[in-house]
Amino acid sequence: MTLEQVFREEWGRVLAALIGFLGDFDLAEEAAQEAFAVAAERWPREGAPASPRAWLVTTARNRALDRIRRDRTLREKTRLLEATQPTKDDVGLTTIPDERLELVFTCCHPALDLDAQVALTLRTLGGLTTEEIAHAFLVPRETMAKRLVRAKAKIRAAGIPFRVPPPHRLPDRLAAVLAVVYLVFNEGYGGRADLASEAIRLGTALAELMPDEPEVHGLLAVMLLNDARRDARFADGTIVRLAEQDRSRWDQERITAGRRRLDRAIALGGTGPYALQAAIASLHLDEPPDWRQIAALYRELAEVTGSPVVELNRGVAIAEAGDVKDALGLVDALELDEYHYLHAARAELLRRLDRVEEALAAYDRALVLVRSAPERRFLERRRAELVPYG
Amino acid sequence: MRYLMLIHQGDMPTPNDPEAWGRLKEDERQRIAADYQAINQTPGVTPGLWMQPPEMATTVRVQDGKTLTTDGPFVSVKEALGGYFVLEADDLDSAIELAARVPAARLGGAVEVRPVVEY
Repeated sequence: MTLEQVFREEWGRVLAALIGFLGDFDLAEEAAQEAFAVAAERWPREGAPASPRAWLVTTARNRALDRIRRDRTLREKTRLLEATQPTKDDVGLTTIPDERLELVFTCCHPALDLDAQVALTLRTLGGLTTEEIAHAFLVPRETMAKRLVRAKAKIRAAGIPFRVPPPHRLPDRLAAVLAVVYLVFNEGYGGRADLASEAIRLGTALAELMPDEPEVHGLLAVMLLNDARRDARFADGTIVRLAEQDRSRWDQERITAGRRRLDRAIALGGTGPYALQAAIASLHLDEPPDWRQIAALYRELAEVTGSPVVELNRGVAIAEAGDVKDALGLVDALELDEYHYLHAARAELLRRLDRVEEALAAYDRALVLVRSAPERRFLERRRAELVPYG
Repeated sequence: MRYLMLIHQGDMPTPNDPEAWGRLKEDERQRIAADYQAINQTPGVTPGLWMQPPEMATTVRVQDGKTLTTDGPFVSVKEALGGYFVLEADDLDSAIELAARVPAARLGGAVEVRPVVEY
């Protein structure tokens, strides 16, 4: 592993350990940054220590303790478990408890705004810089910096605890964490590959930390299976539909890994939304896909989530299975008028039923609503193909 | 940590509105009273005060040395406070657990959990 990779791997764990020890995000972050800076300067010359993580945590801890000793107001504001002596570098800590779970649940606490949850998770667990996060979400650096400062201030002032929620709260709180990771993934899904990879890294860490939670494996499976087709999804600035994708550009390793995660989710009894979505994603990769099975799973998913978008997808699957009229009936009953996919799907269904005028009108409506350039181009092309028959 | 638990009545029926209050079943009214009593007796809770309805409030501002008063609360009547109490708790999660037990929270109102400034 290169030094760069070591740092990326270790940032979250080191920071989590420090926050757990010091009870303060800012102090922990500063101390961690100092320790990593020293490492970056020293290790290329002297070689990395036997246990990089222990070295980093020990060094950071000692620096933080120094600061606290020198600064009385800091001392009063941070909670220290007990008075501690600085420890020597190599003797240091033999086992560093992994407090990344505590950290992720703190970052995703419902008392924080969703934007703040996302930013804080990426900063602390992902190790992204404020600059990188701002860029990823298309906001000015200053805005993102303020968001992070406010979030940390809220954690401190309101007393958000650094702990894994108790069992009776865990399902809801875990759902919030997974929602944050999925949000990060979806922001990346449209083309920002770096965020998608970041989400997968976070999901993988979660799966290590909570190996018995089916939805954690489910979410990771969804992300891996969808990300596997990233390279085949766009061509010439336009969307390439599943049936037309160049399968040689699919990442087989991701597919295998995703399916393994899906198996794990199912083995753990997973019937939640992520497990279902993963099963649906996996079925889409077969050639030809079993559309009836897919439609059945969409039905289950719709029952769990109550989402009309899922129903729309079910309609599409029903059409692919051959029942175009039924599909159109289903789609027409949905209340999703502001959603361009609805109109795009209607256009495709109407087209198959040779109702060309109506199909053209549906494409037009979709084109009014569509926002992404590749999707616009795709719709324009599909519409243009119909015009000679209109 | 200390928190001020600010109870907003919102749509919740209260004794201040005899008609709405009267529409509640007797056992519901008793449950509400019992819940508030239980909260007041919870360790860490310093019982506060119930205010008269928001319509009875007077809001005071001073502009250019002149005292201006308006009839009613600072915010809209729907958003106004009804009562408060002080809670000493380990952390926000404990405060939230208690806030959720306040009847107003489940009957159309809300509880704001505000950390107190400590010097």
